[in-house]
Amino acid sequence: MAAITLNVIVQGLLTGLVYGLMALGLSVIFGVMRVVNFAHGELTVVAMYAAFILFEILHLDPLIALLPVAAVFFGVGYLLQRTLISPFIGRAEHEQFILLVGLATVIVNGLLMIFGPDARPINLSYSFDSYAVGGIFIDKVRVLAAIAAVAVAAALFLFFRYTRTGTAIRACADNLTGAAVVGLNVKQLYAVTFGIGLACVGAAGTLMATIADASPSLAQAYTLLAFTIVIVGGLGSMVGALIGGVLIGVSEALAGFYVQPSMKSMFSFALLIIVLVLRPQGLMGRRL
Amino acid sequence: MNGIWFRTPRHGRVLGLLLLFGFALAPVLADRYLLSVLILVFYFAYLGQAWNLLMGFAGQLSLGHALYLGLGAYTATALWTLFGIGPWLGVFVAIPVATAAGLLIGWLGWRFAIEGVYFALLTIAFAEFTRIGFDNLQITGGAGGLFLPVNGEAAGKWWNLGGGPLLYYYLSLTLAAAATVLIAGLRQSPLGYRWLAVREDPQAAQAVGINIFRARMLAMLISSGMTAVGGVFYGFYYRNLFPSQVFDISRSIELILAPIIGGVGTVFGPIVGAIVLTPLGEALTALVQRLGVNAPGAKAIFYGLTLMVIISLQPGGVWPWLARRLGLDRSAE
Repeated sequence: MAAITLNVIVQGLLTGLVYGLMALGLSVIFGVMRVVNFAHGELTVVAMYAAFILFEILHLDPLIALLPVAAVFFGVGYLLQRTLISPFIGRAEHEQFILLVGLATVIVNGLLMIFGPDARPINLSYSFDSYAVGGIFIDKVRVLAAIAAVAVAAALFLFFRYTRTGTAIRACADNLTGAAVVGLNVKQLYAVTFGIGLACVGAAGTLMATIADASPSLAQAYTLLAFTIVIVGGLGSMVGALIGGVLIGVSEALAGFYVQPSMKSMFSFALLIIVLVLRPQGLMGRRL
Repeated sequence: MNGIWFRTPRHGRVLGLLLLFGFALAPVLADRYLLSVLILVFYFAYLGQAWNLLMGFAGQLSLGHALYLGLGAYTATALWTLFGIGPWLGVFVAIPVATAAGLLIGWLGWRFAIEGVYFALLTIAFAEFTRIGFDNLQITGGAGGLFLPVNGEAAGKWWNLGGGPLLYYYLSLTLAAAATVLIAGLRQSPLGYRWLAVREDPQAAQAVGINIFRARMLAMLISSGMTAVGGVFYGFYYRNLFPSQVFDISRSIELILAPIIGGVGTVFGPIVGAIVLTPLGEALTALVQRLGVNAPGAKAIFYGLTLMVIISLQPGGVWPWLARRLGLDRSAE
């Protein structure tokens, strides 16, 4: 029994790291621009379909497809911010909400029109391989996806810490007026930030495609999932997003196994409510 | 109400009355289909008023109003199917149930200074939590749904809300009109001005002695109670309830579109928004059919694009702009 529980926890933890990378994108966007990306899950599913197409046509392993997809998503994010979202910076939340919900509606129904409602699996040669470590079995795809997710997150962390652009973006997040006063090109930096947020989404979606089958119906659930993780971990905290992802991943896995798969997100929402009430800034967030 | 009524220019009052009379007489001319569209218009206008009270006046963004809608719907229909208690009585149970949920969320949120996006996410979390809970609640049919009898002995009688479209038409019209009168009255009341103060600057409001928590809570209670009444209407109009539909976040989104497109924080915005959006959805259905596009989702794509265009062009909503055009400036407050 203990071995099974441990097995479930490990699997949930690995999935949770991919969730964490997805949420990281949301956290970066909100942390810097105070825009809540309500189309986050929809864009994640677009990345899943991108991975699916690249695999079907070019037989590209999603672990490799991750790079071009993330790069394209960076470009898409940059353009989205420059054109559509920019006028909404600093506007009321409900106005941003309608804009992004409109975008989400267009995306998810576009996917439905193009691909139909059926789930699209990626059948890798190692899809059903697993490692046996001390009595527990771990899916190979989850291990690889989790490693890739942590690698991308680490690269992002280094980017924000050590590059000039990364530092400039953090400056915008800390003090927008100050950043503008010292001559930073805020518009440009915001577009880069949104691009980075979407690059996370592109990478996470590609990895997610190896764990779950792409389907338009996942989109809204992923948006809510990303929110839950980010709030639990702490909006604007990069480490928090990963920790939140792991927590939610493990709680989903345990609830799915011991209670009922259909009730797994109920536990995530319960966790969200508890965190919001006891520690509204999230586990790793700064005091509100 | 009186304040707004007397400060509206005469042609504005005439216009408003004409519209109301037009709607009251519409069933004479309208066919069944048009009536069903108008019922939806009033239904969304009514729910929009309820949501707008909390967001537009008290300044608190709720993205989980499906919770109160669903609780109202489930309470009244379950009372009817399980115990034979009709909706006219059931609504007085539905309202306390939904306001209790509102009380809990407001208390948890505002006591701990959870505001803005965080509060919105708290409301989503509660609605989703309840949705999954009802999916697994066997007494109300779980995910399989709760159905009202179609041809039962007492089902077709008006006192069980089982009449034809005319009953629902006038009921929804009454709800929308009554909600507008109520909101206009509240807007002009001392409480209404307290709400606006809290919305504009909570700290300043507190400094002049307004109890922010109480002001927000009152808005929440009225808003959730009103939404529950809308839920009772929903349950008996559609005569079937599924947790995945009535508690879904898409319900919460759908019911806030009319007030946002119409104009958040205005008395007539939710009505104008509903009048614009509902027929738009129907027109898109017709257009998609005419164009021969047979794909699922084509209509929703147009709808999503329209939302993005309207909110980009008129971020404050359609009504303030329309009111200026009609020379009704002051009533757009």
